[in-house]
Amino acid sequence: MTEGTALPGAFAEIADDFHALTGRDRLQLLLEFANGLPALPERYAEHPELLEPVPECQSPIFLITEVEGGGREATARLFFSAPPEAPTTRGFAAILAEALDGRPVGEVLDTPETVTTELGLAEVVSPLRLNGMAGMLARIKRQLALKAGV
Amino acid sequence: MTVSADPTPALQEYARPEKLVTTQWLADQLAAGRPADLVVVESDEDVLLYETGHIPGAVKIDWHLDLNDPVTRDYVDGEGFAKLMDAAGITRDTTVVVYGDKSNWWAAYALWVFELFGHADVRLLDGGRAAWQAEGREMTTSDDGRPAPTTGYPVVEREDAPIRAYREDVLDFLGGPLIDVRSPQEYSGERTHMPDYPQEGTVRGGHIPTARSVPWARAAAEDGRFKSRAELEEIYQSELGFETTTPTIVYCRIGERSAHSWFVLTYLLGFENVRNYDGSWTEWGNGVRLPIAQGTEPGEVPAR
Repeated sequence: MTEGTALPGAFAEIADDFHALTGRDRLQLLLEFANGLPALPERYAEHPELLEPVPECQSPIFLITEVEGGGREATARLFFSAPPEAPTTRGFAAILAEALDGRPVGEVLDTPETVTTELGLAEVVSPLRLNGMAGMLARIKRQLALKAGV
Repeated sequence: MTVSADPTPALQEYARPEKLVTTQWLADQLAAGRPADLVVVESDEDVLLYETGHIPGAVKIDWHLDLNDPVTRDYVDGEGFAKLMDAAGITRDTTVVVYGDKSNWWAAYALWVFELFGHADVRLLDGGRAAWQAEGREMTTSDDGRPAPTTGYPVVEREDAPIRAYREDVLDFLGGPLIDVRSPQEYSGERTHMPDYPQEGTVRGGHIPTARSVPWARAAAEDGRFKSRAELEEIYQSELGFETTTPTIVYCRIGERSAHSWFVLTYLLGFENVRNYDGSWTEWGNGVRLPIAQGTEPGEVPAR
């Protein structure tokens, strides 16, 4: 990792799970994430215009964040919307949701940008496609920083 | 050709009807168990889509992980392709039917790469994955019916020249029939990538001077299948004046959408010499001192 930091807790666990598998099994795990992506709560499902598009992804995905409280201690909430015919993108979103949803805003902001390349996904989905996950993380951080006032 | 062509009357109007199969024909072929000399290949934009369910017995070939060289911006070499074919259970005599998402963009691209290696019998499933699904046909996540790996696919040297154009070829071709199949906004230079798609790092917007704008989707019907020959002739020949006997070059952003148009011109309309410039806008729009035209007009051949 850059600056000698360890992979943040939840990401480390997810990375271990992926690295324990090879090839097709690794893709299956990503598919399990994709299938497990939580549906949008009603307040967003009915107002898709509130969500921010992530053009770095090949397939259409939209996200929105909320903060409970203020500053770095505030709780980050993440919501995603992506169609079923875009399972790779859904999988990326679900990984970010599992690792970061409900965590303190400060911890999300400190997540190193390189985290997306450490999960062992490059060889099964290609580095090009991973750019999409990096794009999501960058947008999540920007929204959270703004909303939490940090 | 080892498996006979789809005799569906609607296909017979195309210049090379044997390059296309209908969903019904494929379903019939698979109904009694996949014939040993037929392999179905799924090739998608989304690398996980195959895992969510695919046509029974289909194998997956990914444009980026399998067909592209991992280091140089090029395709795999003859050894790499032979290895891929062996793993997919495809021999040199196998009839290959390719289908995919996004109106068969990546399927057409895969077919085009197969042809760079001279694989004799590669066909597209008209309408692709969406048509198969829309008709409620069987999809499975099971490996049952997949071909067992084979050995001995010959190491064939890729022959690019007949159907692939390089940037130098295009530069010498300005003023000839050159077709830009991207969206009108990409053509004019308003944007450098597809609507709603990632910015893939092109530093200039616009099109190759003298290229005509014919978005790929004009060749597709509402359901993702190809338009009829008469409709296609109306567009490419009557309206735009392209001629089947004149060498023609197509391009897009990275060569996938233009593979779709390449297929239309070559096999549905019978153009004799069409090359796909796969370097496309991500190469041309970044090329130092390459001429560019902006706006909705094709522009002039620059003085050299």
